Amino acid sequence: MLRFAVRRALLAIITLLILVAIIFMLTRVFPSDPARQLAGPFAPQERVDAIAAANGFNDPLTTQFGRLLKSVVTFDYGDSFSSPGESVISLVVPALKKSAQLVFFALFLTLPIAIIGGIIAARKKDTLLDRLIVTLGLASASIPEFVSGVLLQYILGVRLGWFPAISNVPDNAGILTTLDYLVLPALSILIVYFGYIARITRAGTIAALEADYTRTAFMKGLTTSQVMRKHVLRNSLQPTVAVTGTQIGYLFGGLVGLEIVFNYPGLGRLTFTAATKQDFPLLTACVITVAIIFMITTLLADLIIAWMNPRARLNLGE
Amino acid sequence: MSDGHYSDGKYTGDEPRDQFPAAAEDSIVGAPGEAIIADEVSPFHALKDDDDIDVVAERKKMRSERRRLLWRSPGFLIGLFIVFLWILCGLLPDLIAPWGENEVVRLADGSTIPRQGPSGNAYFGTDGIGNDVYSRIIYGARPVLVVAPLAAALSVAGGTILGLVMGYYRGWVDEVLSRIVEAFLSIPVILLALMVIVVFGATNPIIIMTIAILFTPVVTRTIRSVVIAEAQLDYVTSAKLRGERGLFIMVREILPNVSAVLIVEFTVRVGYAIFTIATLAFFGLTAGDATAADWGKDIATNYRLIQSDQWWPSIFPALAIGSLVIGINLIADSLDKVAKA
Repeated sequence: MLRFAVRRALLAIITLLILVAIIFMLTRVFPSDPARQLAGPFAPQERVDAIAAANGFNDPLTTQFGRLLKSVVTFDYGDSFSSPGESVISLVVPALKKSAQLVFFALFLTLPIAIIGGIIAARKKDTLLDRLIVTLGLASASIPEFVSGVLLQYILGVRLGWFPAISNVPDNAGILTTLDYLVLPALSILIVYFGYIARITRAGTIAALEADYTRTAFMKGLTTSQVMRKHVLRNSLQPTVAVTGTQIGYLFGGLVGLEIVFNYPGLGRLTFTAATKQDFPLLTACVITVAIIFMITTLLADLIIAWMNPRARLNLGE
Repeated sequence: MSDGHYSDGKYTGDEPRDQFPAAAEDSIVGAPGEAIIADEVSPFHALKDDDDIDVVAERKKMRSERRRLLWRSPGFLIGLFIVFLWILCGLLPDLIAPWGENEVVRLADGSTIPRQGPSGNAYFGTDGIGNDVYSRIIYGARPVLVVAPLAAALSVAGGTILGLVMGYYRGWVDEVLSRIVEAFLSIPVILLALMVIVVFGATNPIIIMTIAILFTPVVTRTIRSVVIAEAQLDYVTSAKLRGERGLFIMVREILPNVSAVLIVEFTVRVGYAIFTIATLAFFGLTAGDATAADWGKDIATNYRLIQSDQWWPSIFPALAIGSLVIGINLIADSLDKVAKA
C-alpha cells in the first residue's frame, strides 16, 4: 500500500511539472510582450522597459522557467500585477477558503442524493423509476452550471425569496448564515452533478449486482441488505469514488460562471479576474493551485479505491 | 459544467483512470514485417472465404438491428427533434424569426417597447434595447451550431490519432503522451480555455482550435482504452502475423472496429463544446460583433436584471442552451446504448 501511494504521488508530481510547463508556455512564451500589456498601449517605452526588467521578462526562458518552478515549490508567486502591493498568495488563500466552503457544502448535498438515486435506479433497473432518474440526470447534467444558477437565482431567490439571490456572505457570518447564502450556488452544482454521479453509481451497482460473487452471496442465503452492504456497495462505489475525486478538483476552479452569477469570491472568479486583467502571476498561481488540489483529491480517491479493492493496488505499482 | 463542461472526466469504467501499465502484449508476435505467411492472404482475398462472408452478413444484420433499435428509442427521437429544430433555426433564421437580430420591435403605431415581458407583440419579451428576445434566440443558433461541431470533429480526429498510436504501440511513447494527457486533464477545460483565449483573442478560429485541443486529451483517453482492448483480439494478431504494417493495422483493421465509439464520442463532444462556447460567451469571450445575437453573451448582458424581475432576456437564452445540449446528449446517450447492445 505504501509503495502504491509513493509511486502514485511521484506520477502526480511529474504530471504537475508538465502542467507547469504548459502554463509557462501560455503565459510567458506566447504573449509577445507581457511588459507592454502590463503598462498599457499608451505607456512610454521607458516604463515598459522598466517593467520588463523588474519582472525579469528579459531573462532567458530557462531562468524564467526555473523561477516559476521555485514559485510553485515555495508557493510564493510575488506580487499581483493588477492589485499593486498585494502578494498573489494573499489573494489566492481567501478565495481558496471560499471555494472550499462552497464545494464541500455542495458535495454534502449532492453525494448522498446522487448515490442513493443511482443505487435505486440500479436495483429497479429498466423500470419507470430507473428511466426517470437516468433521464432527469442526463437532462440536468446537460445544463451549464451558470445557466441553472441563473434559473435558480430567479425562481428561488427573486420570485419566492427563500434564499439570498447573491452569495456575498457577510464577513463575520455564522455557519448557518453562511450556508444560507451558499444554498443557491450549491443547488446549481447539485443539478449538474446529480445526474453525473447517479449514472456512474448506477452503472457500477448494476455491474456489481450481476457479478458472480453477488450471486454466490445470495445463494449462501444472505439477506438482501447483507449482500448490498458487504458485497455490492464495496465494489459498486469504486467508480463513484474515482469520479468524485476528479470532480472535486474541477469544482475548485471550474465554477467560474457560477461564481460570477452569484458574485461569490471563490477561486473561479479570481482566475477570471486574473485572466481578463492579464495578471499572469495571479493567473498562474490560481491555475496551479487548482491543479494541486486536483492531484491531491485524485490521489486520495485512488488510495480509497485501493483500500476498498486490493486488486486495484495490483494494477498500479505493486 | 462542466465541461466543458469540464465535468467531462468521463469515466470509461474499464480501467482505473490513471492506470497506464507498461506494454506487455507486444511479446505475442514478432515485429511487423517478420511474418512468415505474409503474401498468402490479404484482407480482400479473405472476404471470399465462406466463413468470412457469414461474418460480413452477420455484421450487416447487426448494423440494421442497431439502426432499428435507434429509431425505436424515444430518447433518440426526442433529441433528434430538438436538434433538428435548432438546425432549422440556424439555417433559416430570416424566415423563422419575426424580427432581425438587431431590429427594434415596433408596434403598429411605430412606438418601441423595450423591457417588456412576453406578450403577443414579442413572444419572449424584449430586452433593454427593445430587440425581440425570441428572434435573437433564433439568430443565436447558427454561430453555436457552426463552431461546436467543428471543434468536436477536430478533437475527435486528434484524439483518434493519438489514441490509436498510444493504444497500439504502447511503450515509452504511450508513457510520455499519457503524462501530457493527464496534465491537461488535471485542469478544468474552462480555465485553460479562458487563459488561451485571453492570450490569443476571441476569434472563431482561435475558439475552435482551443476547444479542439483542450478536448483532445479526454478523447484520446477514451479511444486509447478501446484500442488497447481491440489490439488484443485475434484479428489484430492475425494481421500482425500476416506481416501488415502498423499503420495498416491501425487504420484498416482497428479503426473500423472502433467507429461506433468515435460516433458516440463525437456527439458527446459536440454537447460539451456547446457548453464551453456558451460559458466563454458568458465571459464575453465570443467572436462576432458586439451586438450580434449570442445566447451566452445575452445571458451575461441581462442576468443582473433578474433582481428587478426582468427574467425573460436571460432565462430564455438559458433555456435555449439547455435544450440544445439536452437534445444532443439524448442522441449521444441512445447511440451509446445501441453501440453497447
